[in-house]
Amino acid sequence: MQLVKWKLIVQTSSLSSIGVSMADREERRFAEVPRESVKLMAESAGVELGDDVAALLAEDVCYRLREATQSSSQFMRHAKRRKLTVEDFNRALRWSNVEAICGYGAQDALPFRSVKEGELFFIEDRDINLVELALATNIPKGCAETMVRVNVSYLDGKGNLEPQGTVPSAVQSLSDDLLKYYQQITRAILGEDPHLMKVALLDLQSNSKIAALLPYFVYVISGVKSVSHDLEQLNRLLHMVKSLVQNPYLYLGSYVRSLVSSVMYCILEPLAASINPLNDHWTLRDYAALLLSHIFWTHGDLVSGLYHQILLSLQKVLSDPVRPLCSHYGAVVGLHALGWKAVERVLYPHLPAYWANLQAVLDDYSVSNAQVKADGHKVYGAILVAVERLLKMKALSLSQSAEGGFSSQPGSVVGALGYGVSSPGLSPPPEPLSEAALGIASHLQAGGAGCPWEEWTPVPLPAMYCELYSFFGDSLAVRFSTGPGFGSYPPCTPPQPNDARKDPPGPAANPDTTRKMPQLTANLNISPRQDGSPRTEPPPPSLAATGPGRSLARSSSSSSSVQRSRSSSSRSGQRSAGPSRDVFPKARFTTPQTGPPAFSFLIGGRQMGRRCQGRRPFQTIFAPTPPLSAVLPRTYAHKLPVIGRVGKPVRRWACSHYSLHLPL
Amino acid sequence: MAAVQGGLIDTEEEKDIKTEPANDGCGNNNNNNTANDGRLLNASPGSISSGGSNKPATGALEDQQTLLAVLQFLKKNNLSESVEILRREAGLSEDTEDSKGLDSSGAGSGGAAGNVDSESGDANSLLSRVSVSSSAVSASAVQAPSKAGAGEDQPDVNVVLSAYSQQGDPALYDVYYSSLKKFIESVLDCHRAELSQVFYPLFVHMYLELVYNNHENEAKAFFEKFSGDQECYYEDDLRVLSGMTKKEHMRGNETLLDFRTSKFVLRISRDSYQLLKRHLQERQNNQIWNIIQEHLYIDIFDGMPRSKSQIDAMSGSLAGEAKREANKAKVFYGLLKEPEIEVPLDDEDEEAENEEGKPKKKKPKKDSMGSKSKKQDPNAPSQNRIPLPELKDSDKLDKIMYMKEATKRIRLGPDTLPSICFYSFLNAYQGLTAVDVTDDSSLIAGGFADSTVRVWSVTPKKLRKVKSAADLSLIDKESDDVLERIMDEKTASESKILYGHSGPVYGISFSPDRNYLLSSSEDGTVRLWSLQTFTCLVGYKGHNYPVWDTQFSPYGYYFVSGGHDRVARLWATDHYQPLRMFSGHLADITCTRFHPNSNYVATGSSDRTIRLWDVLNGNCVRIFTGHKGPIHALAFSPNGKFLASGATDGRVLLWDIGHGLMIGELKGHTDTIYSLKFSRDGEILASGSMDNTVRLWDAMKAFDDLETDDFTAATGHIHLPENSQELLLGTYMSKSTPVVHLHFTRRNLLLAAGAYNP
Repeated sequence: MQLVKWKLIVQTSSLSSIGVSMADREERRFAEVPRESVKLMAESAGVELGDDVAALLAEDVCYRLREATQSSSQFMRHAKRRKLTVEDFNRALRWSNVEAICGYGAQDALPFRSVKEGELFFIEDRDINLVELALATNIPKGCAETMVRVNVSYLDGKGNLEPQGTVPSAVQSLSDDLLKYYQQITRAILGEDPHLMKVALLDLQSNSKIAALLPYFVYVISGVKSVSHDLEQLNRLLHMVKSLVQNPYLYLGSYVRSLVSSVMYCILEPLAASINPLNDHWTLRDYAALLLSHIFWTHGDLVSGLYHQILLSLQKVLSDPVRPLCSHYGAVVGLHALGWKAVERVLYPHLPAYWANLQAVLDDYSVSNAQVKADGHKVYGAILVAVERLLKMKALSLSQSAEGGFSSQPGSVVGALGYGVSSPGLSPPPEPLSEAALGIASHLQAGGAGCPWEEWTPVPLPAMYCELYSFFGDSLAVRFSTGPGFGSYPPCTPPQPNDARKDPPGPAANPDTTRKMPQLTANLNISPRQDGSPRTEPPPPSLAATGPGRSLARSSSSSSSVQRSRSSSSRSGQRSAGPSRDVFPKARFTTPQTGPPAFSFLIGGRQMGRRCQGRRPFQTIFAPTPPLSAVLPRTYAHKLPVIGRVGKPVRRWACSHYSLHLPL
Repeated sequence: MAAVQGGLIDTEEEKDIKTEPANDGCGNNNNNNTANDGRLLNASPGSISSGGSNKPATGALEDQQTLLAVLQFLKKNNLSESVEILRREAGLSEDTEDSKGLDSSGAGSGGAAGNVDSESGDANSLLSRVSVSSSAVSASAVQAPSKAGAGEDQPDVNVVLSAYSQQGDPALYDVYYSSLKKFIESVLDCHRAELSQVFYPLFVHMYLELVYNNHENEAKAFFEKFSGDQECYYEDDLRVLSGMTKKEHMRGNETLLDFRTSKFVLRISRDSYQLLKRHLQERQNNQIWNIIQEHLYIDIFDGMPRSKSQIDAMSGSLAGEAKREANKAKVFYGLLKEPEIEVPLDDEDEEAENEEGKPKKKKPKKDSMGSKSKKQDPNAPSQNRIPLPELKDSDKLDKIMYMKEATKRIRLGPDTLPSICFYSFLNAYQGLTAVDVTDDSSLIAGGFADSTVRVWSVTPKKLRKVKSAADLSLIDKESDDVLERIMDEKTASESKILYGHSGPVYGISFSPDRNYLLSSSEDGTVRLWSLQTFTCLVGYKGHNYPVWDTQFSPYGYYFVSGGHDRVARLWATDHYQPLRMFSGHLADITCTRFHPNSNYVATGSSDRTIRLWDVLNGNCVRIFTGHKGPIHALAFSPNGKFLASGATDGRVLLWDIGHGLMIGELKGHTDTIYSLKFSRDGEILASGSMDNTVRLWDAMKAFDDLETDDFTAATGHIHLPENSQELLLGTYMSKSTPVVHLHFTRRNLLLAAGAYNP
């Protein structure tokens, strides 16, 4: 009889659910077995039961069921588990001298199926083809061996600072294969064969299983300090950084800090290799700066405060007159790479102080100073590029925000965000979170959140322009349109994509302008109205093709890092083709007729290196701009190398003029 | 056992214990039971049969029944003296029969059961001697009433339940209860809390009466109506009760038996009691009055009624609070004097240089380390109260090691918390059930649900077996490194697996000398394993039901085990039968711990009480109530004064053993506490729980805050400060790893162990 009773369990709901239902007081506490089930079971066992007997039995079964559940929970408790298992229940049954129920020991839940007619639930019991099972090729693996592992969880009652088990476990579990891989890769990268190196770097960039080796690679990279005499090795190590940074499977974590410090070393330190002027350490610094900005944009969020730390150290180098010019150069390109905001915050306020030193160097024509002077020109060029970008971006941001404000296009906001993420060199990384979103319009937010330079306040564009102009004079290849300007900006002017096409002030358009020694190799014509979105922005600088011969200016020959508008890119091929085409398109100001809001400017970079020996890189003579309607007739009489002339008229011009355009 | 006891007392020879098996055997043959042991004897069959509650009831003997019925009658009329006398007189002849009867009837459950009975009979004859002659009467008397019924139910439920045969009008139960409820709710606040204690036992008994008298529907209605009023900590019991709606169900139900066979103990102030009594007499509420008379034990005290919080702190156990007398016996909680061991100070350069003063300096040095060992603690038992094994040379070496380590121990405190190392069992597949670590933290062992025991070495030293006998004969026994030579290098491995059990291993314990390992299992056995040969040496059979826990004495040789049969047993490794049986718990014994001086054993139980047993005479000397769930962890403080206990309710309670008082409540865990451990100096209490955390508590502060004025000590009324949060020094999460075991190394590094459950 008891046997019959127990078999009924199968028909009730799942065993564990009984345990659950017993736990909550308010609910129906028990599984009930209806007398029909009892009768059914009895019938199947060949016994006829009366109704009353069945009812009694049903009740008793319920009771026994509860009892068994109760005692089975004891087994669960002592096994220190939370889950009641079939095994527990079977134990309880066994101790009650009842047959255990077999066939329900599976780990995963048994699916109940219901039969539509009549509320009957049953467990699907499929036939298993033993032959198939026996001949199956996927033999299940044995369970892994039980083992004990110890780790220090808390030191002196405090949590481990290291994330639990990442580093030590990685070190411990370094398999032979990984070790071999590590050796091969490092050998290939630091070895002689450039092809092997390429393969190794490529693999480093895409291998998903090298997380355990990360600390080792980082260690290798930190060896930059010991090879500072060898540009080639430094270059290779930087390439290694790049590969690691680009590997999507690696979580760099706090190793970012270590990588950044290695890169910073290459940017800032007066490398042993730079003693020999024949060594092109400038390129290395450029590359490292680019890498820095890339690390930032992809991994900047891993280490908090990194951005400001780096800015601080760059600032420190810049403000240290004892440091060699190549360090200063590094600081400037570093700032440049970190974006125009970094330039605005650090380089720009430092410029007046720094200028004196630089000027002194540049003005010294003695032979002994030749090398230093050449270096000085490098710095000069770097600063110029940086501030030009600054001016351009600032103006752009103003116009962007103005546009956003006027036409309130959601697209522009989205575009701004996308822009912030996609274009590394242009604004600081999203570290101070508020700045990420405000990347463009952040001038509205004085001294962004988390900015350590509390005293820093954004300088209005005109003032900035004036000051910079006072330093650089016409070397500053950014001009602002004197069109009807922002003040009279028509609020609801529809975007006119055609403007851009009208704009390009290509040299062909001004064949009459004659210039000597035109140095400008690329120019940018950004019309904020163009397409009405910042999609005109160039792609983020890629680190791909930075050949050793690359020169400072992100010149036309390297298409990667130059900010170039569509209009100008079409010309670049032409431009680089022949020096004869090097016509300096001074400044092209849109006439009011071409479209009211269009505001365009050009960046003048310079191409330097082989062609011009760095001696007179900025010897540009500007002919007066063709007096377009709004441009004041202004003659650019001064000639380089008169750098940093502070001419009163210039300033006045700038001030007075600019105020027309930017009612800030 | 009686013989054992006698041997111990009379001869006072420690080594006699070795010859005891013979005595035991003899003792078993003549089961002379005096009357007093009746209760214990009865208890054991009761517990055994209730353990196997679903077995058909063992056959009953008519004579016995008659006697028991008479006893019942006497008891019913509160003729307790006569009960005692009758027992004592009838015991001799009747209990022999009883045990024989059980022997024959219990054949189904295995011969061991018979042994058990006779064992206990032995013990009891001794106990009676002790209790009659000594002042322990009160202690034993405590048990008497509570145990009296236990044996009686089994023969025939009807006899037990005869009290229920009196018929009241079932419809009126509701009225009775409501009117009492109304009354209690209307009394003064100070009395209300105390009188409210009556609700639960009354409710239970009235319900059972209804069920017994086949008033199923009334019983259900009654339950529906009033079950919600009961304190939440009785929920588990209520759940069991609610399932019981037929007279047939009462047969063999453990919980029911607990209610029936033990009087529910209430502590009520005299004033409150008078109030209740007057009310019931005025209202002629005989139904309730009868129940109170028959099934409740009201411990009346003089003085202020207790507050609700005071009552709540102490209640919650299956059978109410402990009676005050239950905790009056003297407990020698002090530590034993440590044997004098010369500590070689070779590592102390400074001392070595000091030629002359060296021997003198040595002594104070040693004193400072073992200051407690120098002077005899007034609270300590006499050194040979329990015969302890003599120290072997290896033990002395180990003691020296221990002392050396102890000098490097970090003194812990609220500001210097221990570092925690976690031993994670990987790939345990939810099967890890028990863990133990050797005192020197060199080995770790796990008990598993797949019946295996696994031992790991956590030092670089691998585990090696002793060579086979043939190989051993080839060894030069005179050589200095003979101990090294006997080991078989080929067998060296990091871990060893011990096969032998046929059920999950629930308890595991290393011997202090690291030569043996004990494991207790669901298969009802405790096994002793050699860690030299990694084989099973002995299987101790006696429990017959799952053995939930076992532990070695801190001095080795003895061990204690407790399980589903509600009896804790004390064993010596060289005896195949238990030396003592500690019975009194009303439900499974879930954990067992030795007192640091090895003279006492603490057991925690599913009946939500903790009992402290005297190893010497098997008496229960302390009953601690206050937990609201089964107790799963116990820990003595290193100085032996305090006991900490953890239960499924997630609370840790602290007890003063000397005064028999609850002195602290540590709230914080959210799930069952499975392990407790004091730091080596007792400043920190670590608790590990199913909620995946380890918590550290300021034990020093908890004990210091305690004020034991005379009144508190006398009445046992405690005011617990709500200071869990102040005492909690830290909460440490693990990564989905329930903490199964905690261990402080000799230098006070905390080791935690558990299985990673992804």
